[in-house]
Amino acid sequence: MADETPTISTSYRSKGNDFEARDDAPLTTAKDSDAVEAAAEQLVEHKGDTLSGKTVTINRPREELFAYWRDFANLAAFMDNVERIDVLDDKHSHWVVLAPAGRTVEWDAIVTEEIPGELIAWASTEGADVPNSGRIDFRDATGGRGTTVTATILYDPPAGVVGKLIAKVFQREPAIQARRDLRRFKQLMETGEVSTSSRTRAQLAKEKE
Amino acid sequence: MRALTWHGKHDVRVDTVDDPEILNPRDAIIKITSTAICGSDLHLYDGYIPTMKAGDILGHEFMGEVVEIGANSTLKKGQRVVVPFTIACGQCFHCGKQQYSACDNGNPADNQDIAQELYGQPMSGLFGYSHMTGGYAGGQAEYVRVPYSDVGPIVIPDGIDDDKVLFLSDILPTGWQAAENAQIEPGDTVAVWGCGPVGLFSIQSAFLMGAERVIAIDHFPHRLELAKKFGAETINYKESKTYEALMEMTGGIGPDACIDAVGLEAHGLFVDNVVDQIKASTFLGTDRTHSIRQAIVACRKGGRVSMPAVYGGIVDKFPLGALMEKGLTLKTGQTNVQRYLPGLLNAIIEDKIDTTFLISHRLPLEQAPEGYKMFHDKQNEVTKVVLKPGLSLAA
Repeated sequence: MADETPTISTSYRSKGNDFEARDDAPLTTAKDSDAVEAAAEQLVEHKGDTLSGKTVTINRPREELFAYWRDFANLAAFMDNVERIDVLDDKHSHWVVLAPAGRTVEWDAIVTEEIPGELIAWASTEGADVPNSGRIDFRDATGGRGTTVTATILYDPPAGVVGKLIAKVFQREPAIQARRDLRRFKQLMETGEVSTSSRTRAQLAKEKE
Repeated sequence: MRALTWHGKHDVRVDTVDDPEILNPRDAIIKITSTAICGSDLHLYDGYIPTMKAGDILGHEFMGEVVEIGANSTLKKGQRVVVPFTIACGQCFHCGKQQYSACDNGNPADNQDIAQELYGQPMSGLFGYSHMTGGYAGGQAEYVRVPYSDVGPIVIPDGIDDDKVLFLSDILPTGWQAAENAQIEPGDTVAVWGCGPVGLFSIQSAFLMGAERVIAIDHFPHRLELAKKFGAETINYKESKTYEALMEMTGGIGPDACIDAVGLEAHGLFVDNVVDQIKASTFLGTDRTHSIRQAIVACRKGGRVSMPAVYGGIVDKFPLGALMEKGLTLKTGQTNVQRYLPGLLNAIIEDKIDTTFLISHRLPLEQAPEGYKMFHDKQNEVTKVVLKPGLSLAA
């Protein structure tokens, strides 16, 4: 594991070219595919080649948000596709994620980099149903608005018949899922609850299926 | 419980549905005592608002008695409350700035996608007003689940009749915010398009804020009469040419501030309106916008245009040149209801604002479909329909 912090660079060496000036926008908003490679370079250990990511501003202190996220058992509270996360030890966790048609996909994840209050990076280990890696950055927001939380995720959309089913969740809408999960994280941290427009417990349970 | 449900264009029914339950710690369940049909409910009734689903419970103007509370609600059982139509968390950046209708959290995460695509950022949740604004069940029912009940509802002191305070839920603060957005200065002449409830309340508010003259524009004689009662001068656009009349009545200057309280279903067979109707019916454009165009063109140089009226889509033929060349200020937005409640409740208690004049019909909930039809078809006589779930059919 690297001791040095991987830093987000705003310029990168694009394949076959010399240094190319790059704007200040996050790589997840890039129009070109070289961004994937550049994003991968920012991860200590990267798995997957499809890039997705979102940022949300949360009106709470950085340390508080980091601490909640770092306890991975908490994540199922706002990640709707996650059935459960078993924390195996300080660095290892086992993820069970809902897939279409009542199936689940599973993998073990290892924390590849961690800076308290600032960064959590992870990668799936060998044998993952959906190889993936990513990083969550916590930064102070400007103007005293709390914390910006950025999720950057690289993953491999699985192939095959089963893969196609899984792709419904992972290939087509990973950005939307990340966006929705981050909104729920924000709701939970700011208000203490996840907003729902369900009217009854039965409706709420059905929505979470 | 019984509830008014939407099933399609001009098709609303009173159905039996499951009672609401406490789902989150800050929830409360309210037993509805009074709930009104809003002019913006007619947009739903007419099928202008996308993302409606069959069975959706309508209603965003309501009040009632607290009958159940979650662990973190600050309400007490038995309290009478008026509930704002905007669902706001009270803890995000926007709520901190009292921009409650822009609350980041009131709209559930999945529902936010639609407005994010359409408007760039999602807005707060609203009761009973499509899935784009959350898909929340509304208050035209016997009971309603109110999320973030520690932030929205205002407790009504005993001895004040429902009819006096019901409109705190939407149209009174909306009229007030419309006048506030017009940034009225002493001596101002304010023109108000539309003498529906919001227009009438903005006339009252404009005078309270120091306007010297208010000119009210509509074509329903009864509504213009009500405007006159509050001290406004009137223009009936079926009798007079609005722009010419405004210019003459203001000595060639134009109104200092213009308030568009009409919105996306502007009546009137003007050429641009007819084109809008064709476009709307062929899904080329969604909003019919004669009133806002006229407000911008009539407004004096350097004046202010306030737009409480509801628009949902994209329009063309917008007089951007007039807006720019004359240096106008345009302010608009869904109402930040929570911000105005304490002040407006006081104004009602001190008899500075009367809202009861508006109510033309009181019906039991079971007759809600008739109420919609009546409000839709006879806008001259039917100024406001209030549904009372407690009222028996025989009454």
